[in-house]
Amino acid sequence: MADYDIAEIAIPIDIPTLKRGAMAHSSPFVAAPEHQEALGFPGELVDDWHTRAIDKFGELLGSSRALQVYMDSCVKCGACTDKCHYFLGSGDPKNMPVARQDLMRKVYRRYFTLAGKFFPWLVGAADLTKDVLDDWYTYFHQCSQCRRCSVYCPYGIDTAEVSMAAREIMDHVGKGQKYCNEIIGKVHKIGNNLGLPEPALINTLEGLEEDIEEETGVKVRLPVNEKGADILLVTPSADFFAEPHVDGLIGYAKVFHQAGVSWTVSSYASEAANFALFIGSVEQMQQVAERIRKAAEDLGVKRIIFGECGHAWRVAYNFLNTLAGPFDFLDSNYPIPQHICEYTFDLIEKGALTLDKSANDHMTLTYHDSCNVARGSRMGDEPGGQFTIPRAIIKACCNNFVDMAADTINEATFCCGGGGGLLTDDLIELREKGAAPRMQALQEVVEDYGVTHMAAICAICKSQFAKVMPTYGIDMDRIVSVHQLVSNAIVLDGQTTGDVEQVQEMSTT
Amino acid sequence: MVLGTIVAVLFYAATAILVLGLAYRIRLYARTPAPLKIPTTPAPVTRSGVVVRMAKEVVFFESLFKANKWTWLFGWVFHAALLLVVLRHLRYFTEPVWFWVNWVQPFGLYAGFAMVAGLAGLWMRRFTVERIRYISAPSDHLMLLLLIGIAATGLMMKYVAHTDIITLKAFVLGLMYFDWQPLPADPVLLIHLGLVLVLLLVFPFSKLLHAPGVFFSPGRNQVDNPREKRHVSPMPAALSANGQKAGGG
Repeated sequence: MADYDIAEIAIPIDIPTLKRGAMAHSSPFVAAPEHQEALGFPGELVDDWHTRAIDKFGELLGSSRALQVYMDSCVKCGACTDKCHYFLGSGDPKNMPVARQDLMRKVYRRYFTLAGKFFPWLVGAADLTKDVLDDWYTYFHQCSQCRRCSVYCPYGIDTAEVSMAAREIMDHVGKGQKYCNEIIGKVHKIGNNLGLPEPALINTLEGLEEDIEEETGVKVRLPVNEKGADILLVTPSADFFAEPHVDGLIGYAKVFHQAGVSWTVSSYASEAANFALFIGSVEQMQQVAERIRKAAEDLGVKRIIFGECGHAWRVAYNFLNTLAGPFDFLDSNYPIPQHICEYTFDLIEKGALTLDKSANDHMTLTYHDSCNVARGSRMGDEPGGQFTIPRAIIKACCNNFVDMAADTINEATFCCGGGGGLLTDDLIELREKGAAPRMQALQEVVEDYGVTHMAAICAICKSQFAKVMPTYGIDMDRIVSVHQLVSNAIVLDGQTTGDVEQVQEMSTT
Repeated sequence: MVLGTIVAVLFYAATAILVLGLAYRIRLYARTPAPLKIPTTPAPVTRSGVVVRMAKEVVFFESLFKANKWTWLFGWVFHAALLLVVLRHLRYFTEPVWFWVNWVQPFGLYAGFAMVAGLAGLWMRRFTVERIRYISAPSDHLMLLLLIGIAATGLMMKYVAHTDIITLKAFVLGLMYFDWQPLPADPVLLIHLGLVLVLLLVFPFSKLLHAPGVFFSPGRNQVDNPREKRHVSPMPAALSANGQKAGGG
């Protein structure tokens, strides 16, 4: 472990005093030429990077109203300065959202505003030097694009948009990030982030069918590439085998089974994640989104449902219709696309599921709002459905539920610390420090209410928590999927084993 | 009269730069595409809901209130006071004075003090709060100094060294109707007017662009209805080969 002390920054968190350069050493591996070129970016930093960067910056200003308005509108009021989990966890002033934006804004001022051209010292404008570019690489990879700062900005300035633009510019001059770009390449080549090929996928899902049958005595199917199915399930590939993700997948399968609908996953679009969001590339994001449209058309489904994945839901909910729509070949009686939580909640409302809450009595739950779901999407018909629906599902499946502190949930939720393309081992110090505000809120409900587990609906959150919770003295299996709780509680027709203990064991091992 | 002429010409120039500069900027914001739906959620699901959200933002600074009560207090008091002071100043531009401007008058007088207090609070935070000190550029300090200067000279004319208000009003009306009149050669007044000139000039080139900017912020002004209504807006060059055109927002 590196020379930093989590115990020291953890509990309780006060707004830190500034520790200049505290995270200056933290930057992710640079993408190799093959990973860059697979996405059409230069393999390595080009000689004329300066000119190309400024040109690209100008192009983005012209194609994104958000970037143009956000560059101009900041008044340096300081509202956002204590809102970023990476700042709270590290104290590095460049992790204050306004300061992070200013790494880009100072360049904007220098090259695109009169004041910055003539009076750079007055308005804090600066040339785009190699040092500045390196600062961009370091600190725009310390933003998980969680949008918490944008909630508090009086102009709605969204640092996520700024960091996406910065990463887009860096990709175009040949300084991309390995983790994101390698993964996007895999999606293009194989169909999912993990590089899981079709035979392995089929094999995995067959194994899960056997597990469920062994556990319940009921044959619950997890079909792949089944033409003519009603529903295409698009879910993060981590759901196929990572813990606790896979327990969520078993939950979806049981819900579909109990609803009596036909469904399938697609090996071609066997991935809900769209990491192109993180690198700010609309072109890449569209290509990745198009796979889902093609899979839906090829399989002839009527509906598309997304599994538990935060940023994927943001892309699906907000962008899919724009990037790959219109989806007039799908059944317009259902939301296009729909979230698995919306689907399950609807069945619960109709009384179509038999749920035995006592199956989860060994746990006291809390719920972590994932940032992209909370601040970048919606569920149901009402604003805020993304907060109430997952909680309603949990409460329908569990007797013991407690929320964390009000300023750490709903729209004020803290990022897990691993979002936005930062879920990589080369950023582990950042991830541990960035998790601090969430870990503090969790520890409070653990101490005050005896909370034993935290549920989430995001593959990144689940992986991140499983990794960093032990650093804070919490066992890695304390993070659970929401549909894992559904899976525990649901009573299937013809289920032979009512043995709660056995059900638990199946779903937590 | 020479003085009046110089100030008149400067005011015409500054007003022209303000109006043209702002018009250019607003046109730029309006014409720059918003390719994707990015409202910060939870967001209103109807256009009228967005009007309400924006009104709460512009009138009450709702987000800032959530963020920091001190900054909100100083910022809101300053802006509200500035509005009253500007409305009060309409008495120098109208003859006969509009009836409601007379109603504002008594509040406008106190607002001058509130404005200075709000600005002083904001400026103090730039020194005392380490995080805000870190992000402040010289221009951030100067902008507050400029506004405090305008407010202070205004208050001085009201409470310390009165200027010839009758002649001043004749000068202002003359400006508006291109019938130039002499300006009282009163140093405090000249400083007051000079600082206002500077404010008009820097407005379209500075962070004061937050005033039009807030209305164009996609995070705040977009309706949350991407599933119900397909959002179509010109895409970045690589994607919009067919030159697709449609309304943003």
